[in-house]
Amino acid sequence: MDYSKEFLEKLYKMMLKIRFCEESFVDPILKKEIQCPVHLYSGEEAIAAGVCAALTEKDYVFGNHRSHGHYLAKGGDIKELIAEIYCKETGCSKGRGGSMHIIAPEKGFLGAAPIVAGTIPLAVGSALASKIRKQEAVSVSFFGDGATGEGVLYESLNFAALKKLPVIFICENNFYSTHLHIRECRPPAPIYKIAQPFGISSIQVDGNDVLKIFKIAEKAVRLCRQGKGPFFIEFLTYRLRGHVGPDDNIQGSRADIRPAKEVEEWKRKDPVKRFEKFILENKILEETKIQEIKKQIQDEVKQAHNFAKQSPNPLKEQVNKYVFK
Amino acid sequence: MSLSKRKLSYGLAINEALCQIMEKDMSVFLLGQGVKSPWYVGATCKDLLDKFGENRVIDTPISENAMTGTAVGAALIGMRPVAVYPRMDFMIYAFDPIINEAANWHYMSGGKSCAPVVFWGIINRGGEQAAQHSQALQSLFAHIPGLKVVAPSTPYDAKGLMLAAIKDDNPVIYIDDRWLYGVEGDVPEEIYAVPIGKGIVRKQGKDVTIVAASYMAQEAIKANEFLEKQGISAEIIDLRSLKPIDEELLFESVKKTGKLVIADGTWKSYGVSAEISALVSENIFKYLKAPVQRVALPDCPAPANQVLEKAYYPTKDNIIEAVKKII
Repeated sequence: MDYSKEFLEKLYKMMLKIRFCEESFVDPILKKEIQCPVHLYSGEEAIAAGVCAALTEKDYVFGNHRSHGHYLAKGGDIKELIAEIYCKETGCSKGRGGSMHIIAPEKGFLGAAPIVAGTIPLAVGSALASKIRKQEAVSVSFFGDGATGEGVLYESLNFAALKKLPVIFICENNFYSTHLHIRECRPPAPIYKIAQPFGISSIQVDGNDVLKIFKIAEKAVRLCRQGKGPFFIEFLTYRLRGHVGPDDNIQGSRADIRPAKEVEEWKRKDPVKRFEKFILENKILEETKIQEIKKQIQDEVKQAHNFAKQSPNPLKEQVNKYVFK
Repeated sequence: MSLSKRKLSYGLAINEALCQIMEKDMSVFLLGQGVKSPWYVGATCKDLLDKFGENRVIDTPISENAMTGTAVGAALIGMRPVAVYPRMDFMIYAFDPIINEAANWHYMSGGKSCAPVVFWGIINRGGEQAAQHSQALQSLFAHIPGLKVVAPSTPYDAKGLMLAAIKDDNPVIYIDDRWLYGVEGDVPEEIYAVPIGKGIVRKQGKDVTIVAASYMAQEAIKANEFLEKQGISAEIIDLRSLKPIDEELLFESVKKTGKLVIADGTWKSYGVSAEISALVSENIFKYLKAPVQRVALPDCPAPANQVLEKAYYPTKDNIIEAVKKII
């Protein structure tokens, strides 16, 4: 075994935390207790958990519209996350941002934003700042396959390669840009190869295998710290929920435009179940311990929902607050 | 502290601001196209590369979107980037990081984080450069919540507002005009700041208020020389900042004169002059003794041909004409 029991348990707990957190939104969305658009990360947990396990608090992460997992894996507080999704004053963005603008700068999660590819150059910027300041910090940009249609990605790759910046470009390829399958957006060439003309090391990895993810992320982080960045990783994965909300494009419509067979196939590759099987087979944790952990995390999620529901809305008199610092 | 004065050109005043602040504050860096070039951005970047090196004076690939996003990302972790656009027209490629990200960031993060970038756009007009190398886009930026917009007209303000913009915790659009680079004026050698949001009375008067910013403030002063000879006493206000705008100074003057001419170097429709006019009629309508006059660019793209350029850009003559209409 390459990894300590504690490390594997931590990784498993993080994946569970993300899964339970994401699934906990389904019911309140359907009941319209949550109205802000929510892009669930269920099915992609291994990537956030695996990548962030290779980072320290001093490293930087930028997310996108589907970033609850990145926020949690980077150490963001779950109560503040859930309160933000209810758009409450106690949320991580004080109810001004909602699900798509979550932030935990104190943990190095510098922010998420839903303009596709919009945060990619921001990660290049934090990497440039690290270089100017001669700091070791590595910056990570998480984006989806849809972002490969945006020109700013290629501009960012060019500049990051030119200046050898410590930035890791992570494409979570879940095969769909909102409703549109990747074959309708791109010619059939693997995404990871887009980095190669810029001389950037790049690789495609199974995005549902948390240990493989951790291993490649660790390598990318090491190279970046040695001044051998940037690095590009394409993770192949699949969202188990719709683009926005539990099912599909229209939040709460209970319809999915993806073929049922395809969804079923990917359910069999569920990264959380897969890692749980590994944990059991390798006797990292006993079944009873797993149940205990699950209960603990479910309780934590439930408490966070209670906290959010009981939290106040922002005051209407403060609608203009925070326009300027 | 007495500020020692000597004459400096507008371009060199910006250069001195950058030089002094970069020496003092390691978080300040400059990026954009042409910062290494002796001519691309006037004399504004003179010697900066030699003094501060390639890590802090970054001549960038032609990628305005990513370069601007890079500046924003660096600012989010405490740097103070100055991003220069040798022609303001190029900033249109950077609207996403400026508007969607920088302008909104402080608000949408509930005040947790801010993007103190100076986006420095140069109105590089004239010389038959035509529609994509001549635009003055300050109204577009001033429309956006979360952005401050400054447009200095003198070397003193060029230096002082650059320093204030860098110091400000918010994103600031700093607009200058190539036609101002040769203007000379008194500039203190020390570091100082011109407060953002404060205009200045360039000349006191009682018959009419002429309000302007950027290059048009210079034209207003030229217009005044003629008006004075005609016995017309104009009060000239140089706004210096378009957002926030110094309403108090503006209203005080219009209350006194009862007549207002707005001289603005941007398009007439939906722009700076429309905003000023609306503010006055909304707040101090009863003091107006004549309709507000607007001198602005016609709603037309910038032409190439010199004859057309002359017809296109407003000058002191247009200001004089506007004043005469209401005097």
